[in-house]
Amino acid sequence: MKQQQFEQQWQDDWAQFEQRLVQLERRKTEDQGQNSYCAEYRRLCQHLALAQERGYSSHLIERLQQLAQRGHQQLYRQRSQLGGQLLAFLFSGLPQTIRQQWRSIAVASLLFYGSLIGMGVLVYLFPELVYSVVDPEQVEQMESMYDPEARRLGHFSERNSGDDWQMFGFYIMNNIGIAFQTFASGLLFGLGSLFFLFFNGLMIGAVAGHLSEIGYGSTFWSFVIGHGAFELTAITFAGAAGLQLGWALLAPGRHSRSEALRLAAAEAVKLVAGVILFLLIAAFIEAYWSSMTYTSAQVKLVVGAALWLLVASYCIFAGRQHAPD
Amino acid sequence: MSPSLQPSLPTSTLLDNRHHVETPEGIDLLLRPAGVIPRALAFTLDLLIRGALLLVLGLLLSLLGNLGSGLLLIVLFLVNWWYMVLFEVLNQGRSPGKQMLGLRVVHDDGTPISWGASLLRNLLRFVDMLPFAYCLGLISSLAHPAFKRLGDIAAGTLVVYREQAEPRPNLPDAEPERPPMRLDLQEQRAILAFAERAGSLSQARREELAGLLAEPLQVLPEQAEARLNGIARGLLGAS
Repeated sequence: MKQQQFEQQWQDDWAQFEQRLVQLERRKTEDQGQNSYCAEYRRLCQHLALAQERGYSSHLIERLQQLAQRGHQQLYRQRSQLGGQLLAFLFSGLPQTIRQQWRSIAVASLLFYGSLIGMGVLVYLFPELVYSVVDPEQVEQMESMYDPEARRLGHFSERNSGDDWQMFGFYIMNNIGIAFQTFASGLLFGLGSLFFLFFNGLMIGAVAGHLSEIGYGSTFWSFVIGHGAFELTAITFAGAAGLQLGWALLAPGRHSRSEALRLAAAEAVKLVAGVILFLLIAAFIEAYWSSMTYTSAQVKLVVGAALWLLVASYCIFAGRQHAPD
Repeated sequence: MSPSLQPSLPTSTLLDNRHHVETPEGIDLLLRPAGVIPRALAFTLDLLIRGALLLVLGLLLSLLGNLGSGLLLIVLFLVNWWYMVLFEVLNQGRSPGKQMLGLRVVHDDGTPISWGASLLRNLLRFVDMLPFAYCLGLISSLAHPAFKRLGDIAAGTLVVYREQAEPRPNLPDAEPERPPMRLDLQEQRAILAFAERAGSLSQARREELAGLLAEPLQVLPEQAEARLNGIARGLLGAS
């Protein structure tokens, strides 16, 4: 068949398909007539193959190629029910991923809590050590923040609801930013994640040790225990996800390095989604619950312990019934 | 044996940076990866848009006091980390800057980008920016055959040019004729391409190119162009 005949025969079909594509690209049409779309797309692919096989001119082939490409984009476009996906991820996907990746999480936790507890004990025993990692100014700021005399706790002692919002925003911006950095810098052969885990452990440990030592322990611990359950866990998850990237580069196994990285990253990003979720919860608790002084320290400690238990049991038990075995 | 056009056509593989993806339908998608310059321009545009957005929102929210500054921090977080992700997933792989430069992000296999991949490539941007001014990303893009920065390698994504329809070229007028020899596919395509590109070539260049084929076509060099156009018309068929 000559090219002219071929074009004349199918011209209308192509124009129709293109119109449909334009509509799909503007997201106007719903998913009705799904089957006919697939059939039309396959026919277009067949025409493209025919045109190539018969040596038709570049312009025609180019045009069909572009139509096929746009058709391909629409055929495979993300048409997920985001809500349903999120729920499935929350109740089974995330805890399953956490259990699957327990090794890297264990390494990250060991490093983070190890440096945290180690530094805390050291500062508690040798108080002047706190100045080796934290600025004197910052130490002073911390002391005023956790002064047992203050009505409200946290970064500003006198607060109203507008301040709560401000702190909520601050915690989201600051904490999720740090977690993202901890993850992303794992691409530098894991060194970045190691550094951030270790460094954050040191800082938090030093502050905790110092405040306990000068007798602000009860306000400090009752303040941090609640959101700490989510925040500290999230930091270790971010570090673990980063370490996976680094490990894939160092020991790619039977894949090329870039392929190993791609595979590891696809898994790691699930943990990162968990990190975002945990930090949002943490920011909420920190801004609206931890900073309240209406409740006694005992109540906060009990609630905090309950939250830690909740996080632990979520990681261990959630999503079991959905698992294949 | 009939004379062949073969010597005038390159037999080795052509220099081609298009990315071939075979689909289940048995066709090849041709993706054209975009280089460093258009991507840098697109990023700059996005940066300006984000800056303007933050400026306007900052002025508006500053009227609300502490509540406003809290909201502003949340907005800052969203704009900083989610601007690219939201646009890429919800707007067919195009942030506003990419849209203006005719680029889009797709997976390596040509399918539209997913939430996970978009989140990955944009989080890892942090590393691409190290140690300053996108140094690592630049080195990675320049060294990679498909111009991928580190985030693209990890996420398995590709920044490609959007396909743009070309206007139909006018074939030069000529009397349709049969080719004097059996043409294989490549030769047929080459002759058609020559006729279709006539409008974009100068007279001298057309004569020079056609002159190369004067001998196998058994005509004088001056008549070769008209002869080729005639053959192209013949291949296309009567309209």
